[in-house]
Amino acid sequence: MSLIFKLASRNLLQDRLRFVATVIGIVFSIVLVTIQMGLFLSFERMVTTMIDHAPADLWIVPLGTKCFEDPSLLDEDDRGRALSVAGVTEAIPVVIGFTAWAVPGGGTTPVFIVGSNANVAGLHPWNFVAGDLDALSTPDAVAIDRTYFARLGVTGIGDSTEIRDQRAQVVAVTSGIRSFTTTPYVFTSLGRAQAYMGTSPDRVSYFLVHVAAGTDIASARKGLLASLSKVEVLTPAEFRTRSRAFWLFGTGAGAALFAGALLGTIVGTVIVAQTLYSSTKDHLNEFATLRAIGSSSLYIHKVIICQALLSAVIGFSLAAAIGLLVVELTEQTALPIVMTPALTACLFLLTVLMCIASAMSAIVQVIRIDPAQVFKQ
Amino acid sequence: MTELVIEAIDVVKFLGAGASRVQALKGVSLSLAGGGLTLLMGPSGSGKTTLLSVLGCMLTPTQGTIRVLGRCTTGARSGELAKLRRDHVGFVFQSYHLFPTLSAVDNVRLALDVRGEPADRALARATDVLATVGLAHKAHAFPRELSGGEQQRVAIARAIVGDASAILADEPTGALDSENGHAVMTILAKIAQDPSRGVLVVTHDPRILPFATRVIHMEDGRIRSEE
Repeated sequence: MSLIFKLASRNLLQDRLRFVATVIGIVFSIVLVTIQMGLFLSFERMVTTMIDHAPADLWIVPLGTKCFEDPSLLDEDDRGRALSVAGVTEAIPVVIGFTAWAVPGGGTTPVFIVGSNANVAGLHPWNFVAGDLDALSTPDAVAIDRTYFARLGVTGIGDSTEIRDQRAQVVAVTSGIRSFTTTPYVFTSLGRAQAYMGTSPDRVSYFLVHVAAGTDIASARKGLLASLSKVEVLTPAEFRTRSRAFWLFGTGAGAALFAGALLGTIVGTVIVAQTLYSSTKDHLNEFATLRAIGSSSLYIHKVIICQALLSAVIGFSLAAAIGLLVVELTEQTALPIVMTPALTACLFLLTVLMCIASAMSAIVQVIRIDPAQVFKQ
Repeated sequence: MTELVIEAIDVVKFLGAGASRVQALKGVSLSLAGGGLTLLMGPSGSGKTTLLSVLGCMLTPTQGTIRVLGRCTTGARSGELAKLRRDHVGFVFQSYHLFPTLSAVDNVRLALDVRGEPADRALARATDVLATVGLAHKAHAFPRELSGGEQQRVAIARAIVGDASAILADEPTGALDSENGHAVMTILAKIAQDPSRGVLVVTHDPRILPFATRVIHMEDGRIRSEE
């Protein structure tokens, strides 16, 4: 075993209580950052769920649309103009919006309607656990997610209710289509969606544009912009970015999550710095001896950094285990915490950087040691 | 033939600052040659330890010159002074200054580890040197498991393991009973028989006078006499 490692590990473990305090500090900090960043990732994914599941080469959206949930509307007539553009093969209308669902037991609850005809490549539900897409072609048909059964007051296929005083019958059930707004999604046909929301039949929210194979997307977009007015034409990636930017930063939700993560990092750094500083202070005599016998500054820095890294590895391992448990526990909740390999790697890097930054105060202290002080003790 | 290992020429050293500034050394010249054990004696505050620190390149003189194996240390940076210490000077302290979390052999190995010696070679060498101070059987004992005399012998092993040319000892018997003190001085005297090594011992202890080949008396920052 390397002597530097031996010295570092034994310095660290000599005072068990302090070592436990260091590890708790790191674990607290990293678990907090994990939760904040896991929520951020989860939020980021959920915000774009509908865009991710819409088979479109381009989106025609009302001018100034900030996110997928934006209530602005387009003219149905724009569809014909879009179809006249070279290379455009489909412009499938989609209607979205909030409305009220009459809970069979009494009262109403808000729902988010997604309307698109089942016989075209529109925005349809996925992850069916009962019923299928074809069932949505039947009159008054709706599909909902089983997560929201209790909220909507239904138990499965065949149950019926009213949306804006119009009949709706559950014909299909999905699993895992959750909304970050916690408002249940209700999928239905285009016409029923317009009726449920009281929207004029000649108004739609978006057109999902499909282009012919080999068509240059940029040219198609140029053509669409030239043919249509008061619209924007976005690629799915651009629409995702815009939706994320709005929900994560426009609303301050993302900033709050980042602030929490930053706070966690600061708290962790301060705790680790304090304990490393105090550990170094307790071993000052030994560091002075090291300097007296001619050890280079680098050697001493290595001992302190090694202490910091050991704390980081142990603290991170525990924090990661707790993080995975939290991921498991929140998997079925409205806002599950997401852990990805990239996030795990970033958190490990953050832990290491945090511990190395914390070691600086200890290193500065050791640099100031006068080696001749060994003669005074 | 003996060689000059450390040389101090007209060394002046001020310590402290402002009102508490004192002149600890007032023009001291001293040569430490290989093959001898020099005792540096004198009352408390006479400048013995300051001189030891300056000779050991832990403190730089305010004025004057220090030469280690002929190399002048004037203007040397702290990193260069540290290199001189680890390559050429071995220290023995009154309170041993062993690392409590390391075994005896690791404490000795440390002096080689800071020089970047490969671990296996350093371990073998440290084990050999521990044997020469009579502690082969205590190689894996921790300082708390050793007597004061044994701890000081480990400290001596640490000082000599790197083949230092100068061994500077500050009151090495100060914390020991006469039997252990005698044992420690016997080892230091044996080391001093090597013509390439000079041993300088700061002491108040008159019992160790018989081990000396030379005795220097200091008083008030100056060398008063030499026998």
